Amino acid sequence: MTTPTLRRTPLHGEHLSLRGRMTPFAGWDMPIQYSGIVEEHRAVRTGAGLFDVSHMLRADVRGPAAAAVLRRALTYNVGALPIGGAHYALLCEPDGGIRDDAFVYRLAAEEYLFIGNASNADADLERLRTLARPGAELRPHADSAMFALQGPRALEIGRRLGSPEIAALPLRGCARGTVAGYAAFLARTGYTGEDGYEIVVAAEHAVPVWRALLSAGASPIGLGARDTLRLEAALPLYGNDIDRTTNPYEAGLGWVVDFDDGDAADFIGRDALLALKNAPFARTLVCLRAEERGVMRHGHPVLHNGQAVGIVTSGTFSPTLEVSIGMAYVPPAQSEPGARLEVDVRGKRLPVRVVPRPFYRRERTG
Amino acid sequence: MSVPENLRYTNEHEWVRLDADGIGVIGITEHAQDQLGDIVFVDLPAPGERVAQFQKFGEVESVKAVSDLFSPVSGEVVDVNAALTDQPELVNGSPYEKGWLLRIRLSQVAELDKLMSAPDYDRFVQEELGD
Repeated sequence: MTTPTLRRTPLHGEHLSLRGRMTPFAGWDMPIQYSGIVEEHRAVRTGAGLFDVSHMLRADVRGPAAAAVLRRALTYNVGALPIGGAHYALLCEPDGGIRDDAFVYRLAAEEYLFIGNASNADADLERLRTLARPGAELRPHADSAMFALQGPRALEIGRRLGSPEIAALPLRGCARGTVAGYAAFLARTGYTGEDGYEIVVAAEHAVPVWRALLSAGASPIGLGARDTLRLEAALPLYGNDIDRTTNPYEAGLGWVVDFDDGDAADFIGRDALLALKNAPFARTLVCLRAEERGVMRHGHPVLHNGQAVGIVTSGTFSPTLEVSIGMAYVPPAQSEPGARLEVDVRGKRLPVRVVPRPFYRRERTG
Repeated sequence: MSVPENLRYTNEHEWVRLDADGIGVIGITEHAQDQLGDIVFVDLPAPGERVAQFQKFGEVESVKAVSDLFSPVSGEVVDVNAALTDQPELVNGSPYEKGWLLRIRLSQVAELDKLMSAPDYDRFVQEELGD
């Protein structure tokens, strides 16, 4: 069997020495787990976890036309983003289908950082390059590493190791500073439902920063727990819960689609999304919680009175709730919390109930 | 990876131990539980049901994935490890002792000859890991 050569992050050797179990993910050789998914999941919910997310696409977009290029690419009005702010955003197709979901950070008036999914890096760059114009410089990172430091202890660790800029960051804020003495881009964002930071450093500084954060008390966390954590927080995963065949409204992401800036809101997919916004939904993404033993998984049919009405887009066992949870597209009539449905788990009927989104919400302490 | 000498093994990573009373105790191996990761549910047949050698008799579900269980021997289920209902993680922590799955009254003891010895199974796992 021939396997295509997998890309390695600057932390690949660290994962091997931590006995991480490696798996191919979007063309990268990534750790799926170290000590075990449940233990790692709980470390993030109760302490602090450190993820290598260097596989994600990072691209600087700079210059007087940077905002205009990003506005054309994204459903979100990046012009409204304050300097030092970060926001979730979508790239859509002309028909309103979702091409990728992304985070956009504004570091200065004419300086943005775009972070997209590794699995969509080529699609994102192709879109951004197509929209390029004089006055907007697009520079994908070839030489940086990215970490997520997440959990109730993440702020304390970040403040201990970081420069004063990190301590001052509000939720969804971003700034340049240092971590463990090395220059870093810092943002108070994440994908786990916990407070914490995402940190970008030069590739050559990745290992010392990673080691310093682990020494300060963070546990290494693999992609397995990243998935159970994000699903408890009901954060969509591109390729599972959203893709080119789903639109933002049925996915519950209408809040990321801005038309407020009027004529300036000339983003790709605008006309289709305006029509979809005012049309009744054919289906909607809901949260499902199992009422009995059994685990729903991606691709399992959802039944109502024995009839297939939808498909599970993400499903797993929730270490926090100790029961199976998932998300699925179902017709509006079955989408209200409390609605009883069944999931066909390899021929067995698993009773499930629609529950409010998300499954897990952290206690806000400050 | 622990591979006890007194057990016989399948290439689907189940083990069987023949006790003095002619009852076989079956479970999954250390390697199997390690590959599965955190086990959250185990689906097993009830006492009185019959299982057949190399045929599916249940499922084990981890956070990551579900796997079928295949019986190393044929016979009648005489006992099920009830502790696994509330503590499926016993299979991870103690795959050869507290995490046993079924006790089976063997219908054909000669079937044990079709199973791997401990050294053979150990080599089999090393080859699988080497792939």
